[in-house]
Amino acid sequence: MDYNTLLQILDSTLRLATPLLLACLAGLFSERSGIFDIGLEGKMLAAAMASGAVAFLSGSVWLGLLAGIGASLIFAGIHGLASITFRGNQLISGVALNFLAAGMTVLVAQRLFGQGGRTPPLSGDARFNPVTLPFAESLRDVPIIGPLYYEVISGHSLLVYAAVALVPLSWWVLNRTRFGLRLRAVGENPAAVDTAGVSVVGLRFAAVAITGVLCGLAGAYMATALQAGFGKDMTAGRGYIALAALIFAKWRPVAALWACLLFGFFQALALRPDVVTAVIQVKVPVPFLDALPYLLTVLVLAGFVGKAIPPRAGGEPYVKER
Amino acid sequence: MTFMKSLMGATAMALTAGAALAEPAIIFDLGGKFDKSFNEAAFNGAEKWAKETGGTYKELEMQSEAQREQALRRLAESGANPVVMTGFAFGDVLNTVAPDFPDTKFAIIDMVVDQPNVKSIVFTEHEGSYLVGMMAGLASKTGTVGFIGGMDIPLIRRFGCGYAQGVVAANPDAKVVLNMTGTTPAAWNDPVKGAELAKGQKAQGADVIYAAAGGTGVGVLQAAADEGILSIGVDSNQNGMHPGKVLTSMLKRVDVAVYNAFSEGTEMSTGFNVLDLKSEGVGYAMDENNAALVTAEMQAAVDAAAEKIKSGELVVHDYMSDNTCPAAEF
Repeated sequence: MDYNTLLQILDSTLRLATPLLLACLAGLFSERSGIFDIGLEGKMLAAAMASGAVAFLSGSVWLGLLAGIGASLIFAGIHGLASITFRGNQLISGVALNFLAAGMTVLVAQRLFGQGGRTPPLSGDARFNPVTLPFAESLRDVPIIGPLYYEVISGHSLLVYAAVALVPLSWWVLNRTRFGLRLRAVGENPAAVDTAGVSVVGLRFAAVAITGVLCGLAGAYMATALQAGFGKDMTAGRGYIALAALIFAKWRPVAALWACLLFGFFQALALRPDVVTAVIQVKVPVPFLDALPYLLTVLVLAGFVGKAIPPRAGGEPYVKER
Repeated sequence: MTFMKSLMGATAMALTAGAALAEPAIIFDLGGKFDKSFNEAAFNGAEKWAKETGGTYKELEMQSEAQREQALRRLAESGANPVVMTGFAFGDVLNTVAPDFPDTKFAIIDMVVDQPNVKSIVFTEHEGSYLVGMMAGLASKTGTVGFIGGMDIPLIRRFGCGYAQGVVAANPDAKVVLNMTGTTPAAWNDPVKGAELAKGQKAQGADVIYAAAGGTGVGVLQAAADEGILSIGVDSNQNGMHPGKVLTSMLKRVDVAVYNAFSEGTEMSTGFNVLDLKSEGVGYAMDENNAALVTAEMQAAVDAAAEKIKSGELVVHDYMSDNTCPAAEF
């Protein structure tokens, strides 16, 4: 494998890891506050459809992004209402929302555009176009670092950089702010937070709303940056891989970045079986490469790679008085 | 009891009414009716029939793998005749369902089902793919071309194998990069992965990419257009999706097959039916969108090969005949 091939795979890794990373951070906020969210997939799908449709109708990708975040927030709101206000089962609510999103996105897109549940192809300003970072052209000839900067780091859409920037921001919010401390506490011991006079319901809704915004970014990225429009079931299970990454990262933001990059790297490798064969001299079946993220997650859950302990109050609705 | 009687009466009436009308029916496979490719071609054939005859037809779009048998039985019970289904995946199910409805005619596209009331329609995709492969070989400047299949099944390998043979025939030194999107039906509908595969193939030097991948192909064509390389569409004429950036499309006249089945109606002939280059069941698409991309020499070379295939002088190897390919390794 030569250097250029490696760069190409890393480039692909970054593109594929971005929706995972955004969804993973989304799940992180929700689960750290004690609300399990199986519905990342559905929220991404709803956001992808809304952003694709609005970006096409308005011609502006920014309006599309807002619409995507809006759609995702509505789904997050329903999840919050069901699992926080009405203390329903969080897993069931999430699964139900996934089904709702899978059907509704196609229905609405078909109703609007009549193209079989697809939104029309976007072009120009209706899409997030690649951004060339400063000095990328001039540094290109510097050995090793130049091509790395030009090929891998530069030339992605704005949302990729936003996703990476959100990692330290999430870390800071969770670990260095009062809000973050309370958010984590509400996922571990909501009764203690309640005793301190802080609203458990309010905190959990705030966390679910952050999840909505981040899933909105992930969905909009898929429909308006990676692709030029929404297609039926286009998230293709990435919401679930993000959940696996979240467990792999043991519910920590910086680890989530590495987990998503690793999973993205596996996905990118699965696209280049020729490279894998050339490097390890054995022909590896592509489905095995596809299954690697899940295999790793199972290993982590089984306790082989350190212990993954979920937030203690996760999945339990908070009841003030018993 | 009275209720039961009236219920049975109603069912009997519905059944006779259905039999008298004998609407044809079509079931679309998981790619979806508007995949701009295989299923959409079938839909266009059905629509053409409806427009010309003024008739109506029943249709059903599959949503999950589990629905196959149920969908098929439901349509057969409703009195629809003939029932046409698109896709190899219906093969096993039809084999068990067809004997239960001896008076209903079934037509299956892309699969052979040996039952007295079933018409099996298969296409010689390797011949059509050979022609677009030649065109790719002639159009490529880098000497490397790509193929992206949907689900990894022998049928799709037949596309890839015919394509690779065509490429090598046009340019013996050319390299063909082959990729499959996946091994599950989800592989027909993952445009993001299709786009990444296309970018990966471009990085390996490919400058013409042929997508035989249903809805995934939308992503391949998009990525190719974004990256400034050429792509080749499949099944339907996809030249217009990115005018001036799609070299050509391998036409598989699923629309003609559906149209014919509907036109024959309850009198539809059964048995094995091959639509090949000679009977114009496959071919390549030329229109105003790709006129500037295809030179006169390219077209002449491809047409000459087409004539040879039609006359039997040139035999394109069929992957499904022995599960090997002389020009490519899967």
